[in-house]
Amino acid sequence: MNLTLQIWRQENAKAKGKIVEYPIQDISPDMSFLEMLDILNRQLITNGDTPVAFDHDCREGICGSCSLYINGEAHGPDRRVTTCQLHMRKFKDGDTIFIEPFRADAFPVIKDLVVDRSAFDRIQHAGGFISVNTSGNTQDGNSIPISKYDADEAMDAATCIGCGACVASCKNSSAMLFVGAKVSQYALLPQGQIEATDRVQNMVAQMDLEGFGNCTNTGACEVECPKGISLETIARMNRELIKASVKS
Amino acid sequence: MALDSKIPEGPLADKWTNHKNNIDLVNPANKRLLDVIVVGTGLAGGSAAATLAELGYNVKAFCFQDSPRRAHSIAAQGGINAAKNYQGDGDSTYRLFYDTVKGGDYRSREANVHRLAEVSTNIIDQCVAQGVPFARDYGGLLDNRSFGGVLVSRTFYAKGQTGQQLLLGAYSAMNRQIGRGKIKMYNRHEMLDVVVVDGKARGIIARNLVTGEIERHSAHAVVLGSGGYGNVFYLSTNAMGSNVTAAWKAHKRGAYFANPCYTQIHPTCIPVSGDHQSKLTLMSESLRNDGRIWVPKNSEDAKAIQNRELKPTDLSEDQRDYFLERRYPAFGNLVPRDVASRAAKERCDAGFGVNKTGEAVFLDFAAAFVRYGKEKAHVKGLDEEDEALIQTLGKEVVKSKYGNLFQMYEKIVDENPYETPMMIYPAVHYTMGGVWVDYNLQTTIPGLYAIGEANFSEHGANRLGASALMQGLADGYFVLPYTIGNYLSKDIRTGPISTDSVEFEEAEAKVKSEIDHFINNNGTKPVDYFHKRLGKIMWNKCGMARNEKDLKEAIEEISALRDEFYKDVRVPGAANEFNEELAKAGRVADFLELGELFAKDALVREESAGGHFREEYQTAEGEAQRRKEFQFVSAWEYKGAPKDAELHKEELVYENIEVKERSYK
Repeated sequence: MNLTLQIWRQENAKAKGKIVEYPIQDISPDMSFLEMLDILNRQLITNGDTPVAFDHDCREGICGSCSLYINGEAHGPDRRVTTCQLHMRKFKDGDTIFIEPFRADAFPVIKDLVVDRSAFDRIQHAGGFISVNTSGNTQDGNSIPISKYDADEAMDAATCIGCGACVASCKNSSAMLFVGAKVSQYALLPQGQIEATDRVQNMVAQMDLEGFGNCTNTGACEVECPKGISLETIARMNRELIKASVKS
Repeated sequence: MALDSKIPEGPLADKWTNHKNNIDLVNPANKRLLDVIVVGTGLAGGSAAATLAELGYNVKAFCFQDSPRRAHSIAAQGGINAAKNYQGDGDSTYRLFYDTVKGGDYRSREANVHRLAEVSTNIIDQCVAQGVPFARDYGGLLDNRSFGGVLVSRTFYAKGQTGQQLLLGAYSAMNRQIGRGKIKMYNRHEMLDVVVVDGKARGIIARNLVTGEIERHSAHAVVLGSGGYGNVFYLSTNAMGSNVTAAWKAHKRGAYFANPCYTQIHPTCIPVSGDHQSKLTLMSESLRNDGRIWVPKNSEDAKAIQNRELKPTDLSEDQRDYFLERRYPAFGNLVPRDVASRAAKERCDAGFGVNKTGEAVFLDFAAAFVRYGKEKAHVKGLDEEDEALIQTLGKEVVKSKYGNLFQMYEKIVDENPYETPMMIYPAVHYTMGGVWVDYNLQTTIPGLYAIGEANFSEHGANRLGASALMQGLADGYFVLPYTIGNYLSKDIRTGPISTDSVEFEEAEAKVKSEIDHFINNNGTKPVDYFHKRLGKIMWNKCGMARNEKDLKEAIEEISALRDEFYKDVRVPGAANEFNEELAKAGRVADFLELGELFAKDALVREESAGGHFREEYQTAEGEAQRRKEFQFVSAWEYKGAPKDAELHKEELVYENIEVKERSYK
């Protein structure tokens, strides 16, 4: 396939960015999207140009490093996949593809398509944990039975990979799906109950501090989430927040 | 220097307890005066950083990713072993110990492996307490599955994302300590050298990958949890950024590198699709619980399938060769990884491969659909003769167990694995070799520790499935935090370590000069060009089967390629900016040295053991042939070029297990 790429180039956080056009030839439909960008970069390097910077690591859809806003969609046109799992067979010969970074005030651009998502880490520092020291003397793993339904639902919430597609897809740049997923995981497990009040309040406070917007229930995040995190996690987080405000 | 493994005296089962009782402790007030650097934030590094901070040490943790949560432990799928015996099927600490030593083809230390088996149960308890959502059965208790090389169900799992959930558990423990200020986290930082002062590891040189700044960081001890070196093969299931640099720089500063040739080639990966391929994707070994591996019995049928003139479903049962079940009736499809991989290669080399490159075998779930479907129909009182119903019910069950893996396969290969068998082929997955450590996980440089995949210790010549997660977390949560205290207890009066010493200056200058070389090289070819060529040499000559001639050629070829790399590599951009090509160049430079040592190690080891298969040393049935005179750990000392590395041998003593020929028949 022959394609025309329109890629966001930005030298560093302070520089002004712009879209630059790159034609690319002989792309196989079996390539992943990032393998296509590898080929572009090899050409750019060989020609003495600067390669396009983008985040990527595991290339199997689990580390959450890769991002990219492709033709107006986080992780591109396919559903339930990250950009690294997106294959070129989803495009046609002659297509023009727009490639931009995930955009949000809380995700400043570092270079080209690479953004700084450390705001997500800081939200987790505020409460994304259960306070248990490593001792070898915690109780036996089977001492508190957990309903399979709750365990499975906690697992579904915990599959969030922290990529930020929810924020990039949201017109308000809200991080509610990301925070809701973590709050839900712990809210569904008995181990998470002790710190539930502080956790949800502290995480939401940090989320607001980072400059993420609010949720207006459009549901774009759920559609674009590569792991299929459900909007219910946001509802559960709101419930937890109300519970916490009554309690404290 | 003579190698001292520092294995404690006493009966095997008491060694660890006695050792813990006898090592020096650091009092809580003094821990505040001690700094520890942890490089890497995967299961081993992340759990170690969190636990050290809980204990009160000041931890500085480094990862090259943009967040500790992205370390490649996250990609581990199948599960984690622990000798809980929740299934009542006869499991015990001894059995886990025994299976691991046997699975490792009698090339690991008894004392280390027994300790691993002892703490395995603590890991599960710890992770449950952290809120790791392990799979549970309807009674609310933890569920288990079975993995290759064992006869019990001891593997705990969280769907096909066990590594992710365990890593997020360790990450959450880190987050708690980052929030308290006890861990200072350095994301997007790459360690480029260890600084040794007066014979002790006292810090690192790191590059800030965003600004390009070269930074000095000091500490009383340095811990490497930087993972394995599978990417020396270019194509592997490792992440793109996984590298040997931290371990290799430590090696060049005096840490011995052990058993580099022990590599695990995982049998169930998605086959290579073309030259553009940048990495390989694993399909969890858990699939071998329910999938049957086969190739056509007749080579004409194989040819027809390769040319797409025949579909796999066209072949009847008697036209198929379930070669693992045929060769290994006792373990069948659940033989250890090295055995399964070699058997697949043997069939493909003989012309029975099933994709266009002839390098793939089938992993077929048809029998599982029927088995589960009938079970479901029987339970529900439905018609067990209704084939369509059986298929639907059976597929539902398989989907609930492996849904995400089937989806991943379909996205990559564009074929529906519910309708046609999966195609799989072995790929480089894990490296058992690594930095040599003693029982305390200390390297040959005092104050420098190595944990998880970065060290060499517990898996011998072959790692069993679901044991990597166990070892990473055992080292980080339950072993290192004790043993490092013994070392640090001598440092309570040392005070802060200055970064103004000549040693820091020298190390920084060295790092900067290598970077300058790359930036100013004006070569013609990108880094990947050299990395790919290195990978081809490694795969063809140091891969699943090795021989003297190939290994000698590999050593020459890698050495020549390294010269060419330094002359002709082109690194665009500048040193003081975000520059991925520059980071890659440094990593590939180290792979080009490690690769040569790898081949040399494989050449010297004139036997077959686990993942190391020398064609000259095999039994009449084509199985690996161990040799008594090679019952040692190869620990290599750096002496300049890899070809000059000096071999030190640590003899392995088996007092509790009888060394036998490994049989899975």
